[in-house]
Amino acid sequence: MANTATVDELGHSPEVRGKNYLNQTAGVWSWLTTVDHKRIGIMYLVSVLVGFGLGGIFALLVRLELLTAKKTIMDASQYNQAFTLHGAAMVFLFIIPSIPASLGNFFLPLMIGAKDVAFPRLNLLSLYLYWIGAIFMLAAIVTGGVDTGWTFYVPYASGVSTTSVISATFGVFVMGFSSILTGLNFIVTLHKLRAPGMSWYRMPLFLWSLYATSIIQVLATPVLGITLLLLIFERAFHIGIFDPTLGGDPVLFQHFFWFYSHPAVYIMILPGMGVATEILATNARRRVFGYKAIAFSSVAIALVSFLVWGHHMFVSGQSELSSAIFSFLTFFVAIPSGVKMFNWLGTLWGGSIRFTVPMLYGIAFLFLFAIGGLTGLFLGMLSVDLHLHDTYFVVAHFHYVMMGSTAIAFFGGLHHWWPKMTGKMYDEKLARVGFALTFIGFNWTFFTQFILGTRGMPRRYYNYLDQFQPLHAFSTYGSWVLGTGFLITFICLARSLKTGAPAPADPWGGATLEWKTASPPITENFEKAPIVTLDAYERPAEETA
Amino acid sequence: MSAKAEALGGVEESKLSPQFHVAHHFDKADTQFDAGRMGVWLFLVTEILLFGGLFCAFAIFRSKYFPSFVEAHHHLDRVMGGINTIVLISSSFTMALAVRSAQKNEKKKTTILLAITLACAAMFLVVKYFEYSHKIHDGLLPGGNFTAADFASGHPGIFFAIYFMMTGIHGVHVVIGMGLILWILLRNQKNEFSSRYYAPVENVGLYWHLVDLVWIYLFPLLYLVG
Ligand code: HEM
Ligand SMILES: [Cu+2]
Repeated sequence: MANTATVDELGHSPEVRGKNYLNQTAGVWSWLTTVDHKRIGIMYLVSVLVGFGLGGIFALLVRLELLTAKKTIMDASQYNQAFTLHGAAMVFLFIIPSIPASLGNFFLPLMIGAKDVAFPRLNLLSLYLYWIGAIFMLAAIVTGGVDTGWTFYVPYASGVSTTSVISATFGVFVMGFSSILTGLNFIVTLHKLRAPGMSWYRMPLFLWSLYATSIIQVLATPVLGITLLLLIFERAFHIGIFDPTLGGDPVLFQHFFWFYSHPAVYIMILPGMGVATEILATNARRRVFGYKAIAFSSVAIALVSFLVWGHHMFVSGQSELSSAIFSFLTFFVAIPSGVKMFNWLGTLWGGSIRFTVPMLYGIAFLFLFAIGGLTGLFLGMLSVDLHLHDTYFVVAHFHYVMMGSTAIAFFGGLHHWWPKMTGKMYDEKLARVGFALTFIGFNWTFFTQFILGTRGMPRRYYNYLDQFQPLHAFSTYGSWVLGTGFLITFICLARSLKTGAPAPADPWGGATLEWKTASPPITENFEKAPIVTLDAYERPAEETA
Repeated sequence: MSAKAEALGGVEESKLSPQFHVAHHFDKADTQFDAGRMGVWLFLVTEILLFGGLFCAFAIFRSKYFPSFVEAHHHLDRVMGGINTIVLISSSFTMALAVRSAQKNEKKKTTILLAITLACAAMFLVVKYFEYSHKIHDGLLPGGNFTAADFASGHPGIFFAIYFMMTGIHGVHVVIGMGLILWILLRNQKNEFSSRYYAPVENVGLYWHLVDLVWIYLFPLLYLVG
């Protein structure tokens, strides 16, 4: 294991020694005008973490309100705003851009041995569009909030609500462009900029997952764009397309919205799967079992995800036949996910596992994703969904997928690549404490909600029957543990920037290209373009099975 | 062949316009051209999907309110729409010729062709302006703002909602296209293009063909069949 590799051992010439992408140039302006994918990745990272913090504060407020059965800290309309802003911030500011735009931007070029993404200036433009969109969303918060739910369902969002719907939806519209441009950039980069010898089947699986994600971003987001535009015009000029009093069709909005948003669920989860694969492969010190199965199942998920949107509309009055077909197709998506699960377990089986901090997150991901995925099957079943629809069972399910799987994978990836990005090691012990509290707090908060849901607690209500009170209170206590876990994790990472030991080039003994350059990398990533001669995850003198 | 020429895809440097250089992260000029072309094609796919949503809405409401759609489409001016179709197809043609002449180092011809394209685009917008003002004058506005009284069937406002959305978004694309063509024209004046480097002309051309293509679907759909 090359644990002590220094910059010099990597063969850097004297001119670049000691220089890296962080200290090459200094000053805020040099960051705001950079075209270096690594700096752009870092700026995205900071931004999505701010988004997560914002969504997190609203989450804790929502849970606090639910501590008692009657009014605790806010009234009904404030409650509607709080959960809308929580959901919208988490979905659009945090989870959709989280892994692709931050870790993806940073590591995609490194992992294929390229100097940058195909269109560096377009990349910077994506970041600016994200910021502009975020500003419109924040403007909505300060100019009256939004209370429509993150799905902006009409006719409530188009006519009834008196809050700043236009500002929020326009923000999401602009962020959609950001998402499209990032996806487009990644697709072209993967096609055109792979280093010599880096064939498609030698790419790390994280990149396959980003490739599949990009396909969805490019093919689904434009439909969201036009939907939001129609919604904005509906609200501003009463064009009548969605408004039933003018002959329009509100269910059409739902079709359009879910045609984007169901695939968007995979924009959220696929990158998480990719990160988990890197973590598991590195820490099991073994080549990934069933490489091609994982690669192709990512692409398969991307394609099938376009066919199942109707499962969000079992109770909205579509025909029974379409509901049955959508139900069937939904089960179909489970197959590629199951294939992946099988391959991850196959990779761990017989590997020599090391329980590093990222690995703890990786294993937590497997566990939580299994629960999230299986409960999704419940909901995909037509008859069961009629009972569980819009109860806390749904809330628990999507939190297990979005937060338990994707956000956990994201934080795992953050720990995995932190030394590479910052050049600093973090305090392992503190990181473990942060992880443990997060994991316990998460299950405490959300497993409880499965039980609430099966007992019939509906979602989006801020007052509820007394019989649900003990479980709600229990869930709220869990959210405090969860919040503490995140706080500790942030403190741990922030502290490492000041006091952390310098990171070696390859702290975990990784087999992918990003570990073959200095920590932090030099501005052009590698001094000489690497020539790839090994298969994915193959180590020079393969010691393991 | 010099190493530098090899990096440029086998072309001696002197054949390239002086402004041209291969960006540092591409191994050779051809890779850079291919990447640009692929990016533009992907972008055009997203454009088609964006309009696709509106085409879906059109199909759904047309089957739902068939009589009203038939009645409403008679209020569109086929002559103006027809003129605009001819204007736009011509501009697409001159754009294609401009790409060819740029490819063949015929700088002056390229400038002229781009200028004609630009003029056609402007003419399109002028016709559009007259069409829109007639509609507004007659109260043929979308949904809730629809005020024309002499309609026999219900919900003609939805037809005009879709009409204004589709032609409006298309019109915005025309304006953006004019900006792009102007930009290409100015760069051409500065001798930036050559037989070896004409990718921006080609890419703007692709975009302009899409704008034309969308209109070629819009015209029969809205004006002719209702
Ligand atoms: C700190 C952890 C979190 C807590 C305590 C929490 C809590 C809640 C609560 C109580 C609701 C309202 C449920 C209802 O009445 O329908 C909710 C909704 C929601 N949450 Fe979370 N959440 C957390 C993290 C996340 C994360 C990480 C995401 C996504 C990445 C997320 C996405 C959502 C969404 C999309 C909604 C639906 C909002 C809506 O109905 O419009 N949450 N959350
Ligand atoms: Cu779905």
